[in-house]
Amino acid sequence: MYSEKVMDHFQHPRNMGEIEGASGVGTVGNAKCGDIMRIYLDIDENQIIQDVKFKTFGCGAAVATSSMATELVKGKNIKEAMQVTNKAVMEALDGLPPVKVHCSLLAEEAIHAALWDYAEKNGIKIEGLEKPKSDIHEGEEEEEEEY
Amino acid sequence: MDRLIYLDNAATTKTAPEVVEAMLPYFTEHYGNPSSVYGFAAENKEAVSKQREIIAGALGAKPNEIYFTAGGTESDNWALKATAEAYESKGRHIITTKIEHHAILHTGEYLEKKGFDVTYLDVDENGLVDPEEVEKAIRPDTILISVMYANNEIGTIEPIREIGAIAKEHGVLFHTDAVQAFGQIPINVDECHIDMLSASGHKLNGPKGIGFLYIRTGIKIRNFIHGGAQERKRRAGTENVPGIVGLGKAVERAVSTMKERAEKEKEVRDYLIEKVLKEIPYTKLNGHPTKRLPNNANFSFRFIEGEAMLLSLDMAGICGSSGSACTSGSLDPSHVLLAIGLPHEIAHGSLRLTLNEEITKEDIDYVVENLSRIIGNLRDMSPLYEDFMKKQAK
Repeated sequence: MYSEKVMDHFQHPRNMGEIEGASGVGTVGNAKCGDIMRIYLDIDENQIIQDVKFKTFGCGAAVATSSMATELVKGKNIKEAMQVTNKAVMEALDGLPPVKVHCSLLAEEAIHAALWDYAEKNGIKIEGLEKPKSDIHEGEEEEEEEY
Repeated sequence: MDRLIYLDNAATTKTAPEVVEAMLPYFTEHYGNPSSVYGFAAENKEAVSKQREIIAGALGAKPNEIYFTAGGTESDNWALKATAEAYESKGRHIITTKIEHHAILHTGEYLEKKGFDVTYLDVDENGLVDPEEVEKAIRPDTILISVMYANNEIGTIEPIREIGAIAKEHGVLFHTDAVQAFGQIPINVDECHIDMLSASGHKLNGPKGIGFLYIRTGIKIRNFIHGGAQERKRRAGTENVPGIVGLGKAVERAVSTMKERAEKEKEVRDYLIEKVLKEIPYTKLNGHPTKRLPNNANFSFRFIEGEAMLLSLDMAGICGSSGSACTSGSLDPSHVLLAIGLPHEIAHGSLRLTLNEEITKEDIDYVVENLSRIIGNLRDMSPLYEDFMKKQAK
C-alpha cells in the first residue's frame, strides 16, 4: 500500500518534537477527520529556517508527509519554503495512495500556517501566503470524556 | 519477521486442516455434478444432504430449511431484498439497527431508494439494542425486523430471544445476521423465534466463498438466483460441493469444541482486557463487558489514530484491525463506534483484537508489551496528547 520511503519516514520520523519559543507554530487539520499536524519553525534574522519540528495525530501517510515536509524546508529561507508544495512532498516520498493525497495537502498547509504565524508575530508579509483556512478549534467544545 | 500473532479472527479464520482434508476428494475424485443421474454423482448429492443435516442440527432447524449461498453478504442480501419483494403488498417498512454490517445497511439503503422505509434503531453505550425500542418501532406496515446476533466490531451479543418473541407476537418476520455468532455461541432458531439467519463458513475455520441462509418452513420469500432446480429452486447454480463439505466439517468441528473453546478464549481475552486497561492509560473497552463474543476485545486509545497503530503492530508481527477512517476508506470512523456514542477522535483510535483458541497468555504478554510501546510512541508524536498534557499540568 505504501512506498518504502513512506514506511521509512513513518518508522523513523525526522524532526519529530517541539521547539520551545518557536518563531512560528502552525496547526492544521481536525481530530474529527483523523488528522492533525503541527509544525514548529525556528527562523533566524536572515529568514532562514534553522530548525523545524512536527507533531502529528494521524495515519501512516500523515506521519510520513509531516516528516518529509520538515526535511524539505529545513535550512531553506522562507521564500524557498513557500515552494514546498504537496506535490513536492509526494514526489519525495515516491508517491502516495490516492486516498492519502489529502495528507500531503495537510503537510503543505501546516508549513504555511507556521509561516503565517511567524509573519504575524514579526509584522511582515510573505508573498503568496494566505491566512490558513483549517481551524482545529472548531471541535473544541466537544465534551472531554474521562477514562 | 519471525513471530506472527493473528488477532483478526473476526475478519477471517484459518481453514482447519481437517476441513481442507474433507474438501480435497471433492475436487479431483468426486467431482460429479450433484444434479446428474448416474451413480458417479450420487456420492456428491449425498455429501451435500449430509452437510445440510449437520448444519440444521447445529441450529435446531430442519435440513430443508438450510440454503447454501456464497457467504454471509449474499445471505443478508437475499433475506432483505427477497422479503421486501415478497411482502411488498403487506407493507414497506423494515426495522434494523445502526450497528449492522454493511451487508445489511447498504441493502437497507438500496431498498429505501426503491421506496421502502427503513428504521435504523439506536443502541446503548455498550452496543445493546433495546427490545422495547424494537417493539415501539413496529407499525402496521412493518414486514421485517433484522438485528444481528452479535456485532462484528465490538462483539456485543444482542437480546435476540426477546426480539424474536416480540417479532412473533406482532406477526413480523425476524432475520438475524449471525455471521459472527454462529459457531461461537449456542443458537437455536426455535427458542429465539428466528425466521431467517445468515452465516458464513470462513468465520468458523471453514472455507471462504460459502455460507447459508436459514429460512423457516412456510416463509414465502422470493427465489434469489434464477436458473436450475438447486436449493429447491430458490438459489440456483451448481452446488459448490467442496465448499459445502468444508462448511459442514467446520460446523461439526465448531459445535463439538464450542464449550471448551469459548472457555479458553474467554480466559485469555479477559487477561488481555485486564492487562491493556491496567497498563495503558486513557484507554476504554468498547462493547458490553460480559455480553460479548468469547474471542472479541475492542479498545479505544485516546490521542492516537488507528491505522498508524496497525502499521506499527504489523511490524511486530501482530495482526489486528481498527475502526479508524483511514482503514475504512472514508472520512468517518466506524459507524458502530459512533453509534455507541464515541466522539470521532476517540473512534479513530480504536483497535479490535479477535482471538482464536491457539492464542496463549504468553502471546498476550508479547502483544501488550508491544502495544504499550507503540501507543507511547504515537502519543509522543501526537499534538492532541501534547495539548492534553499541557492542560493537565496547569
